[in-house]
Amino acid sequence: MAQPKRVIVAEKVFSWKKFFLQWEWFLVLVFILVNVMNMIISPYYLSSSGLLTATSSFLEKAFIALPMVFVLVIGEIDISVGSTVALSSVIMAVSYNKLGIPMGAAIIICLLVGTLCGFINGIILTKFTELFPMIVTLATMILYRGIAVMILEDQASKNFPSWFSNIFWGKIGSVPYMLLVFIVFAVIFGIVLHKTTFGRRLYAIGSNKTASKYAGIEVQKIRLIVYTLAGLFASVTAIFLTSRMGSTRPNIGEGYELEAISMVVLGGVSTAGGKGRFVGAVIAIFIIGFLRYGLGLINTPAPTMLIIIGALLIVAVMFPNLKLGNLFKRKTGTIE
Amino acid sequence: MSESEYVLELNGITKIFPGVKALDKVHFQLKPGEIHALMGENGAGKSTFIKVITGVHKADEGEMILDGKKVDFQGPRDAQAAGIAAIYQHITAYPHLSVTENIFMGHEKVKFGKIQWNAMHAEANEYLQKLHADFSEKDEMGALSVAQQQMVEIAKALSMNARIIIMDEPTAALTQTESEQLYKITETLRDHGTSIIFISHRFEDMFRLATRVTILRDSHYIGTYNVHEITNDELIRAMVGREISDLFPKPVVEIGEEVLRVENISRTGYFKNISFSVKKGEILGLTGLVGAGRTEVCETIFGIENKSSGKVYLDGKEVDIKNPTQAMKLGIGYLPEDRQHQGLILDWGIGRNITLPVIGELSNHSWLNEKKELELAKKLAEEVDTKAVTLFDTASSLSGGNQQKIVVAKLLAAEVKVIILDEPTKGVDVGAKAAIYVIMGELAKQGYAIVMVSSEMPEILGMCDKIIVMCEGKVTGELKRGEATQEMILEKAMAKSHHTTEKQSEVRING
Amino acid sequence: MDKIKSITKVLTKSREISLIFVLIILCAVIQLRNSQFLSLANINDLLVNAVIMSILAIGMMCVLLIGGIDISIGSTLALSGMICALVMRDNPQLPAIFSFMIAIGVGLICGLLNGLVIAKGGVIPIIATLGFMNIFRGATYLVANSQWVHKEQITPDFQNFTLNGLFGINNMIIVSVVCYVIFAFLLKFNRTGRKIYAVGSNPEAAEISGINIKTIKILVYSLMGALSGLAGALWVSKYASAQGDSGKGIEMDIIAACVIGGVSLSGGKGTVLGVVLGCLSLGILNNALPLINVSSFWQDAIKGVIIIIALILNVMTQRTLDRNNLKRREL
Repeated sequence: MAQPKRVIVAEKVFSWKKFFLQWEWFLVLVFILVNVMNMIISPYYLSSSGLLTATSSFLEKAFIALPMVFVLVIGEIDISVGSTVALSSVIMAVSYNKLGIPMGAAIIICLLVGTLCGFINGIILTKFTELFPMIVTLATMILYRGIAVMILEDQASKNFPSWFSNIFWGKIGSVPYMLLVFIVFAVIFGIVLHKTTFGRRLYAIGSNKTASKYAGIEVQKIRLIVYTLAGLFASVTAIFLTSRMGSTRPNIGEGYELEAISMVVLGGVSTAGGKGRFVGAVIAIFIIGFLRYGLGLINTPAPTMLIIIGALLIVAVMFPNLKLGNLFKRKTGTIE
Repeated sequence: MSESEYVLELNGITKIFPGVKALDKVHFQLKPGEIHALMGENGAGKSTFIKVITGVHKADEGEMILDGKKVDFQGPRDAQAAGIAAIYQHITAYPHLSVTENIFMGHEKVKFGKIQWNAMHAEANEYLQKLHADFSEKDEMGALSVAQQQMVEIAKALSMNARIIIMDEPTAALTQTESEQLYKITETLRDHGTSIIFISHRFEDMFRLATRVTILRDSHYIGTYNVHEITNDELIRAMVGREISDLFPKPVVEIGEEVLRVENISRTGYFKNISFSVKKGEILGLTGLVGAGRTEVCETIFGIENKSSGKVYLDGKEVDIKNPTQAMKLGIGYLPEDRQHQGLILDWGIGRNITLPVIGELSNHSWLNEKKELELAKKLAEEVDTKAVTLFDTASSLSGGNQQKIVVAKLLAAEVKVIILDEPTKGVDVGAKAAIYVIMGELAKQGYAIVMVSSEMPEILGMCDKIIVMCEGKVTGELKRGEATQEMILEKAMAKSHHTTEKQSEVRING
Repeated sequence: MDKIKSITKVLTKSREISLIFVLIILCAVIQLRNSQFLSLANINDLLVNAVIMSILAIGMMCVLLIGGIDISIGSTLALSGMICALVMRDNPQLPAIFSFMIAIGVGLICGLLNGLVIAKGGVIPIIATLGFMNIFRGATYLVANSQWVHKEQITPDFQNFTLNGLFGINNMIIVSVVCYVIFAFLLKFNRTGRKIYAVGSNPEAAEISGINIKTIKILVYSLMGALSGLAGALWVSKYASAQGDSGKGIEMDIIAACVIGGVSLSGGKGTVLGVVLGCLSLGILNNALPLINVSSFWQDAIKGVIIIIALILNVMTQRTLDRNNLKRREL
């Protein structure tokens, strides 16, 4: 080759403008707005203990959102997680209350049930790749909650040991255990998504499943892992939720999957797959959570909250499609 | 109104898109009842030009004259109403709907608001008979082959009384027999007074059908020539603007040991008892008509699908490949046929695309190593000489040829011994084609064993040391470089039930 | 053996035919367990219960045909029912027909909102309808001040609509049959109806051939909304009350009925007959289970399992078909 070769630039040019015109900064703006709003509503809001307690009002739902980010990044969806919450909680309660299994083991059973529910979703979807995630998780959504109903019918199961409620209500100083656990997991998920080969492959699958396969990525294996994780963390939510209420019924967790999806989508993770950053989802979790909390402080009736959350979701997704919103771009993959 | 000898005339057409001048003062004249070829490299402006004629785009400058009268189309419907129909390369059909519905979509026969299905089926049937179609108008469009779908598109054009039909790469996905059928249909249309414009990269299409050819290059109009007065070299020079000497620089390479051998591999319904072997430095051509099963063989070797029987040997040892990850670990690389959907992630930068297969190897226990990635990507992107500015240019921003180069770079990222290329120059312009052949030659020199699937006779004859011909799922011939001719290959590629007394048109053997 | 093979081939060729077959067998089995099953009274009861579902299912089919989805229908149903009930409560002199029109009107507006957000706002259907599901449900509670509308507050005329009928056939069944006929006709013989199929089968091709996809989308969701409104009114009439949580979760049943009936979730494929059969299947299930002494607490789990089995069976049949086709390609 006698011709001189073209040189290709490998360094990324940093542009302040591009840096700030990212979806996540927009979310930070919204987050600040929400907090300002809350401060106006309640003078006690800004005390550290107040804020930390505020997290307790929504954080147990947020555990579902963590693996949901993965599900959406690969371009799929899982609407069965709310039912998984119910089923794992019910089985945990029944193990302890009716079968006399020690609470510690019952908690482990809860986690196993959740994992199994997610695993079943994954197995069906990966063995029968012709099926759509929407319809399979719809069916398991009905099935799992149906099983919970079969077990507990319309009763509640209470009488947990007194230490059990500490899982949700316990604190170190004024920091709730749940918040610590959440932070740990959020950090792990975020790192896995953005800094590991597994995460990169998730983005690849979400952008182009076929090309990923041809590039040697084990697409089905990864899908199975993602759905199993979704189930596992649904059971984590179940533990915190049950601990909080001190009892359980087959209808708990209703609507949780939709809230989790709302949090993730607001966070900039596109339902088409392959786009979005984890930090966005975390900010979105806190936006929605604090918004709910603030509204709760002024005794906003539940129906009004429903309307606000619904409207927020729609506006958040519509915004980039309107002229102004096009300024704030969403990211494909990790840095690029 | 002035009598024009032309049915369609375009003068000084300019079309600008943000940042790009797609057409720059292009002229064109179409005689009634003429078949006129439109040629040029990828990116020359042919597609945009066609879209101006069919009303999809509105020209920024220039005028269009139809039957001597100036016209100004506001949209595709205006062009359709004026009798201009287009048959695009990627058939935009409704797979779930019937052939009849596809033909009449948009102009259904309606009486008092009710669709007249019986009348439409009857008329559709007439068209299909005229085209000697072997399927029924009630069939589901999605169940038809590409060639059959194309026939439906032609029927559609007929149903709209098209007087000017434009075909964009009509033979690209057809077998020799189907292409011949299409030629006959096109000639029949011409004989009935329809004027036809077609875009093609295939010289044989042009020589066979067209009387005149117009060449575009880099958005400019270069000239219109009589097909029988211009030579291939002149044509290429007009399209490319530079000399392409020695299109096929396959260097003489020392051929080494056998690397890959397949013995009697079969996959039910796709191919049976396929055997061949490739050595280091050797380029093996796998040719045949579209549908012969070549891609399926490659995909099976690469692990995308599993074989039903047979053995595969790498470096003499038997291997059982169940998925692409395994294949790559063992040293087999595959350049897929559809680079946009199978070969690349269009939204990603070219750097990320190149390193995707090997992020595992470059990582520290699953931690991404961005530095190593960038180094490797830069090295490979430069090695294949892809026309990009940074590693962060998105794959979708590159031309077809450059995209293909990125897929090649991706192949080189993994440590492979055998490279399987599936139609590496399909849809790639002449300039980039030459570059890819150079790369292939280099790879052979470096000791890779190469398998190339191709339907283009010239590159098979020019690049390959050994040629395997497949027909309907079986190997029908193995030829060596030098002894193979186009006629021999064609004969082996065609099914025995077809008459081999097909007129052998004088097709020049050139790119 | 060959004869059995060819019979099975004919039967499985058409999804609708095989579904009818399965249903016949199912009914026979249930009848054996409980002879009350095929009594006229029970059949009437079954059909009436299935009818509200089927009206919604027709609308859902249109939405699925264009490759979309609508999970807000339960909330739309509740909202339209609630508003029409409130109007009736406060204006008892209003003839029943007006209440129906109000409900349909409210539903239409809800559907229109969905359509606008999806078509013009560029929001994908699952998210848009998810958002509106919450909004409409919240609105239902707000509008009623979180109370119920009771039986006594609903005009007797209105209530009686679903109790009465023509020639012994309940009014609701008549209404739904009318809906089927209208939609079946529109989808087969009307150009706009065919456009719905076109958009679902290949949106790019539809766009190029000049079909206004946005209009079709808005139309389809509005229709869905209007039908939900109608269903809402029927619901109030049948249950003689309007509650905040009416129709909660019904969207899943409807989608399941459509899937069982052979409507493709990716668009372009589906028939009115298939949807009707799907609703019938679900209706039979809901009706028969208590009759064969299956606790109502088991219903959902059984439903879930059946859907999964139906899905897997679909896939397996298709794979066997494909495999046989391959074998026949003599090489």
